Amino acid sequence: MGLAKLNQLYREVILDHAQNPRHHGDLTKASGTLTLRNPTCGDVINVSVLIRDNQIADVTFSGTGCTISQASASLMTTVLIHQPVDQARQLILAFSHLITGQPISEQLEEQLGDAVLVGSVAEFPTRIKCAALAWHALDNLLAQKGVGNHD
Amino acid sequence: MDRGLNNSRDDFPILDQQVNDEPLVYLDNAATTQKPMQVLNAIMHYYETDNANVHRGVHTLAERATESYEAARDKVAEFINAASRKSIIYTRSTTESLNWIAASFGNQVVREGDEIVISQLEHHSNIVPWQQVAQKQHAVLKYIDLTPDGQLDMDSARKQITDKTKIVSIAHAANVVGVVNPIKQLARLAHQHGAYMIADGAQAAPHMKVDVQDLDVDFYAFSGHKLLAPTGIGVLYGKEELLNAMAPAQFGGEMIDFVHHQTASWKQLPWKFEAGTPNISGAIALGSAIDYLNQLGMANIQAYEHELVAATLPRLLKIEGLTVYGPHDPNQHTGVIAFNLDGLHPHDLATGLDMEGIAVRAGHHCAQPLMTYLNVNATARASFYFYNTFEDADRLVSGIQAVKEFFADGIS
Repeated sequence: MGLAKLNQLYREVILDHAQNPRHHGDLTKASGTLTLRNPTCGDVINVSVLIRDNQIADVTFSGTGCTISQASASLMTTVLIHQPVDQARQLILAFSHLITGQPISEQLEEQLGDAVLVGSVAEFPTRIKCAALAWHALDNLLAQKGVGNHD
Repeated sequence: MDRGLNNSRDDFPILDQQVNDEPLVYLDNAATTQKPMQVLNAIMHYYETDNANVHRGVHTLAERATESYEAARDKVAEFINAASRKSIIYTRSTTESLNWIAASFGNQVVREGDEIVISQLEHHSNIVPWQQVAQKQHAVLKYIDLTPDGQLDMDSARKQITDKTKIVSIAHAANVVGVVNPIKQLARLAHQHGAYMIADGAQAAPHMKVDVQDLDVDFYAFSGHKLLAPTGIGVLYGKEELLNAMAPAQFGGEMIDFVHHQTASWKQLPWKFEAGTPNISGAIALGSAIDYLNQLGMANIQAYEHELVAATLPRLLKIEGLTVYGPHDPNQHTGVIAFNLDGLHPHDLATGLDMEGIAVRAGHHCAQPLMTYLNVNATARASFYFYNTFEDADRLVSGIQAVKEFFADGIS
């Protein structure tokens, strides 16, 4: 098989997001910030979110990690920015189904946009954690009671 | 055909398989080694013919099980040249051995203001237990630095080990930077200052002849699964007088002499430390693994692995953008080789190699203080054993080249 299968995982879009991450950095004004670690490699990801009117007004990430974790975090920010909190949490759940090889509806797939491409990580079980890290961090932030509206 | 040292590869059926449609190249031996048929058969034989609990019962199977379990202890004692079989305690792993030494002996001898000295290249299992002792006793945990090429800096050692030092605990061989540490010299230094010397032998005992008396260590720890035995069996060696003075880490059946209503007394060494039904089949398998290693000869294993390193390291160093950690001189480097490709996370590198059937480790290797010291987040690591072949070394080198080209093309 050699490296041919790698093309499924490392699509151009994914390499592009890893090389040129979107919404990279920290928010000066955030409703919440969370740092998560991938214990297998020591990678760290920080996610900051600003919520206004029950909507994700801004979301950023920083930290270090592999191509998959960086691209997945970058794609997450592009997909979830400006989404209502409830909708964002639904999409995060759909994404976690996707990367663990569970089917999701066409409608959700459409809403996840390019992030769907990360779904091929399901065939690389040791890398699922890398893809999930940023999304877990944001979901934890959105679930926190303390993360209220900033007007 | 190249079949490893003495064609030993033929004894390891697991190595003969395809992974991702490519013949498997197993280079994660520093994490765990594969098991030869001889060891697997020893486990099978024990359960098919001798299975019983040890040190109790008068029936024949119990006697046979006990005899095999204790015969394996003699093999371990001889394997590391211990003065007495009483010095060999079975544990679950190197980690458990070090935890027992720290929690029991460490807390007995370390007092407020004392020093515990370890090094920058240690595995977490030789760091965290000492942090616990230092915190509990209000002692100071100190680190011996490394030279620029990743070797233990003896000048730093002479500075860090003082008359306040009670414990010096150092890896015999490093699990990332691929060096063998001068344990004998360190033991002399520790003893001059009245400190006890402990060596973490997890990465050394599988690859070289260990002589605990010559090293003059007070304690030595290693794992079975890194030298052909199954997981769940490890060894704690201690000098007899120290083990006699050390309190058991666990209590219960098997380890008692007599139990009164309020108090109890312990068995003699080595049994005073082995509470509960032990890992009998694991100990027997460890004995069988040692037989296998003795047949090959530890000196031959070391020499053969050195040839593999000499065939691999210079070629890795020629790959542009590849960093090898630890010494670059093959004469100074063990079969554990940690590396990174510029601009590529080691997880991506390891996934690429896996697609080519090559198993390497990627991550912090349970050595986060070392990662911080080297200023990296993680590395990839290839590690050899005697059943690896020169073809495996070729596949590693060409595999890394191919992954490098894939990502160079993919990103551009």
